[in-house]
Formats: sequence, C-alpha cells, structure tokens
Amino acid sequence: MELTIHLYGITRDIIGQSRYVVQLPPGARVQQLLESVRTSYPELAELKSLLVAVNEEYAEAETPLSERDEIALIPPVSGG
Amino acid sequence: MIAVTDQPIAIAACIDAVQAERAGAVDVFIGTVRNHNQSKDVVRLEFETFDSMAVKKMKELAEEASRRWPVEKVAMVHRKGVLSIGEVAVVIAVSTPHRNDAFEACRWLIDTLKQVVPIWKKEIYENGEEWLEAHP
Repeated sequence: MELTIHLYGITRDIIGQSRYVVQLPPGARVQQLLESVRTSYPELAELKSLLVAVNEEYAEAETPLSERDEIALIPPVSGG
Repeated sequence: MIAVTDQPIAIAACIDAVQAERAGAVDVFIGTVRNHNQSKDVVRLEFETFDSMAVKKMKELAEEASRRWPVEKVAMVHRKGVLSIGEVAVVIAVSTPHRNDAFEACRWLIDTLKQVVPIWKKEIYENGEEWLEAHP
C-alpha cells in the first residue's frame, strides 16, 4: 500500500519535503513505517524521539496503518 | 478560546474569554521570545504547527485541567510563523474560584503543552539555525 506521510519541523528538513510517499505491505504497522523511514533517512534515527500520529492521535508501535489514515511523523515537540 | 494563529495574540481577549461569575482568580501565562538561549544570540524564532492536532491536543489539555482543578474556563492560544524578539508566542489564561488552583492549573497547562502539543520551535542565529529539543 502507498502511504502519504506529513512532515513537520526537523523531519521536513531531513527528508526535504512536506509530504513523503512510502510503500509498505498491506496491514503494515507504525513500527514498520518507522523502520522504513529510518532506513531511507538515517538522520531520523539520531533524533531524541520520533513518534507517529495517526488521525491526529499519537499511535503505538503496533497500531496498524491504512491508506485512508492521515499519518504524520512527530519529531520532539518544542512549543511554548 | 483555543487556537493556533499566525497573527499577534490579543492578550486581553484571552483574559476576557475566561471571565466567569464564579471565578475569584484569573492566572495568565505569557510566553515571549527571548534574545538568548544556551549562550547563543537569537535573532528570531519560527514556530511550525500541525494545526488540527495541536488544537485537538490543547482542547484535551483544557479538559484534563478541568478534571484536576475546579476550573471555570481556559484560554490557550499559540502563535505560529516568524516571531521577533519580545513577541508573544503563547498565552494561557485560567479562571478558578480561588487563586491557588489557577496558578497550579496554568503551570500544568504550559508544562504539558511543551511536552505533547505538536508545535516546533526553530531558533535563528546570526550564523545558523536549530530546531530545539530535536537531538539528545
């Protein structure tokens, strides 16, 4: 399946665009997405943390993904 | 009033938004852009936000604060885009019947906002820039 990942902050700078399309097997989970993007962009593995938001909610490693989900990488936040 | 905005934050409007007849206290936190961080001179800041999730998370924080303290009303507004030194980055206002709860709730709201709300701060220096908190 083809997933479009929304990028913010330093993840946008590292990947160089605000959206990133990744191919994963159907039924893939958050953990596989993280492994895939870290393999493609090793700089992502150097961040203090890297979370995934699915439909505007922080997701667990075991959360399954689908093409209908709104998916975003969430590097360490620093608001305030 | 819970929002992310690319316009200067109207502080008085945030305070007005938490007026309540049962409130005996309004506590306000105003986060501003300082010119110095960890021995570097900061020229300006850029805030990037995941708008819809940021607003959703701030609403959840307001609800959680209302469970923990006897909160009457909460206002949370965060700025995005380019900010100059001295500009207001965030305003949180909380009204409660008594002042101690307002202080505690307001502090918890800003502390927790910094931990969970998807907003990112980039500092711009004379010779470079850096996303804060990104690396260990």
